[in-house]
Amino acid sequence: MPTRTSSDVIVIGAGVVGAACAYYAARAGLTVTVVDRGPVAGGTTGAGEGNLLLSDKEPGPELSLALASAELWRELAHLLPPQIEYEPKGGLVVASGEAGMAALRGFAAGQESAGVRVKEVPADRLHDLEPHLAPGLAGGYHYPQDAQVMPALAAAHLLRAGGDRIRLRLGEEVTELLTGEGGEVRGVRTASGTRLHAPYVVNAAGTWGGRIARLAGAELPVLPRRGFVLVTEPLPRVVRHKVYAADYVADVASDSAALQTSAVVEGTAAGPVLIGASRERVGFDRTLSTEALRRLAAQAVALFPVLGTVRALRTYAGFRPYLPDHLPAIGPDPRVPGLLHACGHEGAGVGLAPVTGLIVAVCVTGGQLPLDIAPFAPGRFAAKG
Amino acid sequence: MRPSAEPPTAPDLYDLAVIGAGCAGLSGAVTASELGLSVALLDASPQIGGQFFRHPAPATGAARPEALHHDWSLFTGLRRRLEASAVDLLGGHHVWSVVREGGLWAVHAVTGADGGEERAVRVRARAVLLATGAYERQLPFPGWTLPGVVGAGGAQAMLKSGLVLPGRRVVVAGSGPLLLAVAASLAAAGARVPAVIEASGYLGYARHPYALAANPHKLTEAAVHGGALLRHRVRLRTRTAVTEVHGTDRVEAVTVSRLDRDWRLVPGSGRRIACDALAVGHGLAPQIDLATTLGCATRTTPDRTTALVLDTSQETSVRDLWAAGEPGGVGGARLADVEGELAGLAIAARLRGHPARRGRVRELERRRDRMRAFADAMAAAHAPGTGWPQWLADDTEVCRCEEVTTQSVRAAVTDLGARDARTVKLFTRAGMGWCQGRMCGAAVTCLAAQHGSAEALAEPAPERRPFAVPVPLRALGSLDDPAPAPQTVTTD
Repeated sequence: MPTRTSSDVIVIGAGVVGAACAYYAARAGLTVTVVDRGPVAGGTTGAGEGNLLLSDKEPGPELSLALASAELWRELAHLLPPQIEYEPKGGLVVASGEAGMAALRGFAAGQESAGVRVKEVPADRLHDLEPHLAPGLAGGYHYPQDAQVMPALAAAHLLRAGGDRIRLRLGEEVTELLTGEGGEVRGVRTASGTRLHAPYVVNAAGTWGGRIARLAGAELPVLPRRGFVLVTEPLPRVVRHKVYAADYVADVASDSAALQTSAVVEGTAAGPVLIGASRERVGFDRTLSTEALRRLAAQAVALFPVLGTVRALRTYAGFRPYLPDHLPAIGPDPRVPGLLHACGHEGAGVGLAPVTGLIVAVCVTGGQLPLDIAPFAPGRFAAKG
Repeated sequence: MRPSAEPPTAPDLYDLAVIGAGCAGLSGAVTASELGLSVALLDASPQIGGQFFRHPAPATGAARPEALHHDWSLFTGLRRRLEASAVDLLGGHHVWSVVREGGLWAVHAVTGADGGEERAVRVRARAVLLATGAYERQLPFPGWTLPGVVGAGGAQAMLKSGLVLPGRRVVVAGSGPLLLAVAASLAAAGARVPAVIEASGYLGYARHPYALAANPHKLTEAAVHGGALLRHRVRLRTRTAVTEVHGTDRVEAVTVSRLDRDWRLVPGSGRRIACDALAVGHGLAPQIDLATTLGCATRTTPDRTTALVLDTSQETSVRDLWAAGEPGGVGGARLADVEGELAGLAIAARLRGHPARRGRVRELERRRDRMRAFADAMAAAHAPGTGWPQWLADDTEVCRCEEVTTQSVRAAVTDLGARDARTVKLFTRAGMGWCQGRMCGAAVTCLAAQHGSAEALAEPAPERRPFAVPVPLRALGSLDDPAPAPQTVTTD
């Protein structure tokens, strides 16, 4: 058990990524203190839909990460209680015209050679998968590995599953990183003046990860990318998969600051349909964008006309943590011995949390990494000189 | 007045949009209009009058709607001025959001028949007056979900609009001055009211003698209710609460227990009262969703509701956004009327540049401050004690929409790391249903705070509800492009 103020690892951030880091570290036998200025899942995790997607990722480092993480989620679904609402429901990407279908076909072929299971769905079979889908679509692709969890409960149960090895300190903000004479990490100091000691500190502060890096004198350009999610009244299941139009993939990869919307529509175990999510770079601004909501609603109704008379009960904004190359920062910071980063996952943090946690645990304990982590090196943004 | 269920044919740009046609909204709208401003007055109901002056639809042929109201002349006066004014009355408009668009306010509403025919309407204005009133605060207790348990304010609204009684033998319970008015109305309409069960001690008022002495009107009002209760042999029992409801399909009896100063049960004090309905409420809470979404500053009232911070001219912390009546703290119809007029004068002064009428303003400010002081004294006397969660059984539903029990809420705090109502909601779904936490929010906030870690909890931030009412997706998807479009929402 960790003592009151010292442990093997300190994880800053009690979102799903921090929870996964704590969980895998505890599983490796380490004692962990998780510090968060708010409650569990108080940041982007609590505003997320819980997408575990392979379908939106092009072949490359992020897809490799997602494939490894999808395996780990399947394992966690057996280890954690059913309250995390893991559901391997599968994704369905649809195209409205022939040109879109051709683009989708090329994209899917690349994914298939990278190890993703994909299945083309001709126009006349779309309604077998989704009976309420609009007529006249050109076709689509089915991704059986796409899945979903309830992200806040997933984070809470990952932390609980760590048992006595994980100690939670909620409502405590980290204000300083403690370092030794050689610049190595010794722990953190919180706003109340409490000093917590550990030889390793993990920055899992998500969208606020840049601030933690700065405390250590390291630069990590994590910035917020705002998204709105619409939540409808509870319905019997009218949407079975995660359904979205082919434009979504282009939006995810885009560098544009302007508002982009391509609705991802899905039903939930509890009944409401979730419609997410817009993407725009406006800083930490929670101001309601009726234009973002208008587009999400219009696109969802275009995909599922039956939703037209359904009411949106609420909407909320979240801030995805993105890095300039749209890849997360995972692993040791070369500038500050003992500091590790696990942030910047943009909209994929829930999906990528387990593999991130596993990598962090392996970096601390030593051993075989599940994949090459060079593309996620935290030092990659340092000025070349 | 230009009454209309349709949006105006003129350009949809007004000097002032007033949201809510109760006392505060009517007063603000006619004042501003009489000073030459173009005014749109929106309300969800097709009728004006709000909750306080709720009255039967003309079709019911009620001969004397005023029989259930005191201060009816206040309403008829405002109604006369509205009819003589150029205010555009937009009834049946459910406002779901107010947003800033290109230097103007855009008030978004849905209107039209329920179930598919609803249309999106946008009214633009240079200033907005929020006169959105209040809603009844509920605290859960074992049995509160049984048919026959109704809100106290709801029971009175039923009487006022449809002349329907919730039962023949109705216990009135909870806390707050509204209970006396409800009991008097029920008794006058023919129900037997065996008791009014008030959790606070009315002695609390004695701590604020100046506020009482300065508001003789309120004393008269209390005397009128008191007289009516005496006439109908209704007993007021203070420092008591309904702690259990009996019955299988509907209410057959309630258990009433004595409370200590902190609202903890006095063991062994339970006593059964037979009844076929229970009207219960714990005071009114300001309806401020539209304002908190815009980031308006809030304050905690003496009875622990959240109200808007307003300056002396009734303006919120957000420029060109005013509020009058209950959003600034619950205080009743006469206060709402005064605040509405103050806001109307201030808005006209701002937009027209002509000086406010200082004498009138000073007189109104004096009356407002006096009534506010009294409202605060009453709120302090009826503030919920910290001991009420002790009434709850493990299986008592806290959130009725999502059927979340006390036990689940407590487990979210002790086992899962929730520290506030928002995280309890994420973990349990409490507050995610149709009412969006308006019913259970007070209880969940209190349970989360009581069971949170020992460190001091900051004052909980007001819940953000960007949709003040549910919005059909087709109406939402058919909003026209705002003009001029702000920089951040252009497409390219």
